[in-house]
Formats: sequence, C-alpha cells, structure tokens
Amino acid sequence: MKKSWIIIIVIAVVALFIYSSVKGTYNKMVAMDEAVVSQWAQVENVYQRRADLIPNLVNTVKGYAAHEQETLTGVVEARAKATSTTIDPSNLNTASIQAFQQAQSGLSSALSKLMVVVERYPDLKANQNFLELQAQLEGTENRITVERQKFNNSAQTFNTYIKQFPKNIYANIFNFEEKAYFKAQENANEAPKVEF
Amino acid sequence: MKFHLTINNTTMQKRIKHIILILLSVISINTIAQDFPEKSNPPKIVNDYTNFLSKAENHALENKLVQFSYESSTQIAIAIVPSLDGYDPASYAFGLGEKWGIGQKGKNNGILILVKPKYQNSKGEVFIATGYGVEGAVPDAITKRIVDNEILPYFKQGMYYKGLDEATNRIIELTKGEYTADVYRKATSNSPASAIPGIIIFLIIIIFSFVGRARRARHYSVGHNVPFWIAMGMMSSNRSHGGSFGNFSSGGGSFGGGGGFGGFGGGSFGGGGAGGSW
Repeated sequence: MKKSWIIIIVIAVVALFIYSSVKGTYNKMVAMDEAVVSQWAQVENVYQRRADLIPNLVNTVKGYAAHEQETLTGVVEARAKATSTTIDPSNLNTASIQAFQQAQSGLSSALSKLMVVVERYPDLKANQNFLELQAQLEGTENRITVERQKFNNSAQTFNTYIKQFPKNIYANIFNFEEKAYFKAQENANEAPKVEF
Repeated sequence: MKFHLTINNTTMQKRIKHIILILLSVISINTIAQDFPEKSNPPKIVNDYTNFLSKAENHALENKLVQFSYESSTQIAIAIVPSLDGYDPASYAFGLGEKWGIGQKGKNNGILILVKPKYQNSKGEVFIATGYGVEGAVPDAITKRIVDNEILPYFKQGMYYKGLDEATNRIIELTKGEYTADVYRKATSNSPASAIPGIIIFLIIIIFSFVGRARRARHYSVGHNVPFWIAMGMMSSNRSHGGSFGNFSSGGGSFGGGGGFGGFGGGSFGGGGAGGSW
C-alpha cells in the first residue's frame, strides 16, 4: 500500500517536472519564432518602402531624361518583379529567402544603373525634388541593411536556442525548423561599372 | 631518453604556439566585434573622443541637449570619433546608436549626430541617424538638408560648434512636441546611483532591528533557559519582513532629477537619416 503511494508520488513529481520544462521551452520557442517572423515583416516593410519610392523617382527622372527610356523601363519591370515575390513568413528557409533576395537584387541593380545614367543630367541633379528622392532612396537602402542585419540576429538567436540540448529534442517534436539567413550578395563588393 | 625529451619539448612548444595563436585570433575577433566606443560613465549626451570642440562649447551643447531631453524625452546625442574603423558613416551611426540605446525604450526617439573630423589623410564625415520614433518628425530628406545647409557650410570654415549648434536647434524645432516627458522621469530615476541612498537606509534599519532583536533574544534566553541563538531564531520566525522591502525600493525615486544627464533609455535605430562629407 505504502509502496504504491511512493511510486505514484514519484511519477507525479517527475511528470510535473517534465511538463514544466517542456512548457517553458516550448513557450520560449514560440516567442522567439514570433520575434523572427515580426522582424521578417520589418524587412519586407523596408523593401516595400523602396518599391513605393520608385514611381515618384521614375516620373521625376522622366521629366529631365526622356532619352533614357530603356533604363526607366528596366527599373519599372524590376520593381514589378520584386513586389510580386513575397514569401510566407512561416516558411523562412534558404530557398525562399534566396528567391526573395534575388528578386530584390534585380531591382537594386536596375536602380544603380539609373543612378549612373542620371549623372549625365546636371539639371536633374540640381532639382530639389530629385535630391530629396535621392536622400530618401539612400535612407531606404540603409534601412534595408539595418533590418536585414536585425533579421539575421534574431534568426541566429532562435537557431542557437533550438539547437542546444535538450531543446533540440523538443524543437524536433514540435517541428521548429532552423531559420535561414540573408547572405551578402556574391557580387556585392563590386562597384557598379560606370561607362561613358 | 634525452632524445625523447627534446622531441616532447618541441611538440609541446608547437602546441603552445598553436594555443596562443588560437587565443590571439579569438581575441582579435572579439575586438573587431566591439569597436564601438562604450557609453561614457557618468552618462554624457555629447561625447567628444577627439578634441573637436572646446570644453566650453562641449558644455554648452551638453546643457542644451540634456535640457531638451528632460523637456521632451527625445535624446539628441552627439558622438565625435577619431576613426570609423572601416565602417561607412551610416552603419557606424546605426550601430553606435543601437549600442548606446539613444532615446527611450518603446518610443525610440533618439537621434545621433556622428562626426568624424577631417584629417590630413581622410575627409571629414558627418551623419545624422534618426531612431524609429522620430523618422516621421525628421524624415531623411530633412536630415539631408540639415547636413547640407546647416552643418557642412560651417564645418568647411572650421566653425564646428556653430554647425552642431544650428543643426541641433533645427532638430529640436522639428521634434518639439512629438513626445512628452511623462514616463521619462520615472524610467531614469531607477539608475543605480540613485538607488544607493535607499540601500544604505535599508541596511541601517536591518542592522537596528537586528540589534533590537538580539537584545530581546538575550532577555528571553536568560529568562527561559534557552540558548541565545535559538531564541534569536525563534524571534525571527515569528515575524515576517515582507512589507518593508517594497517601501524602500520605491523610496529611491526622488533622487533621479537634478542637473546631470540620466543616461540613454534603450531606443532603437532602423536606418533613418542622412549624412555628408567635407
């Protein structure tokens, strides 16, 4: 009689201990996962901000540099492509992030081409509206860098957390997957070529 | 035997060299990651690590900006660094602003004006970084205009104080009324320095109550033939001290005000702002 009581109490204590440890870990993982997802939203947000600047920029440049139709069309097309590529934040794996990054880098290179072309138009470069758009564009590029870095940091915190023992077991059971990172572009170190 | 020993010695030396190399590389990685200067202690809102400004100019700016941070909770910090350590000015400014936590947590209303003075072999750089919460009041195009119209013309003539003074005036105008100082004082009053008087008072009271209890315990132990320390334990188990804790931790609040700068509040930066060079 006494023995069975002891066994029951021991089982209850062990069960309670396991429950509380799993619960704590699981809730922490959920919170960290949410943090990564919301940081991802922030990343998309700043990319969207860049996309929103473009119509205004294209219109301003068009007024001064109508000959550069080809470059302008390139920017508009790259923008359309970039805004159509969105990814499901619950699925932040390497492939999806790479696809997103590729679409956005298409727009980046189209924009840098436009900025090179613009150098040939002194009137445009003196235009106050254009100067401010340029400042906004630079600010947006800075924001993209900052938010991407913050995303990588939060993804790293999450990944480190779920990979540690014994949390890796729980992460496996509850299907928490490692988050992918933004990688520096392969040719990011090359400055855009200026041809005259 | 001797031969053996020498081999052992050389392998040992190699190993030690290896370990030292690894240690060195770890250390150098660490220093790369931490090249932003630490927050100054006691906290200052104008941090000049070069001799860019004179003492009086530094004081004038410090007073103005601390005053404004008390009025509005918006913190406009200035950092003047001798080198950007290979960063571009924008990344350096965001990294430093984030590390120091300029602005209030939750409001993110910090602004950092970063200056790298012009030296013979490098041009001067200035960057105004805006926290998330002031991006609306001070958009990038406006920071660009402040840099181009307020800062650079003066800096080019060597009038550094004038440039920073004008720029901060303009930023103060723009951010005035954006935030109020309500929660701010509460947040800064919990700094460790202000807690010290509270802790001292708390300790004194603990000591006094201990002495009093010891006296009573001695009486008790003499009267009831119980050892002194047991009597002491009995007394302490009879009384609960829970109430006195809360009272003292809140007692430190009134020390927070005063003239000095209370410190940065943990604001965050998202990449807003603009810069220029001369």
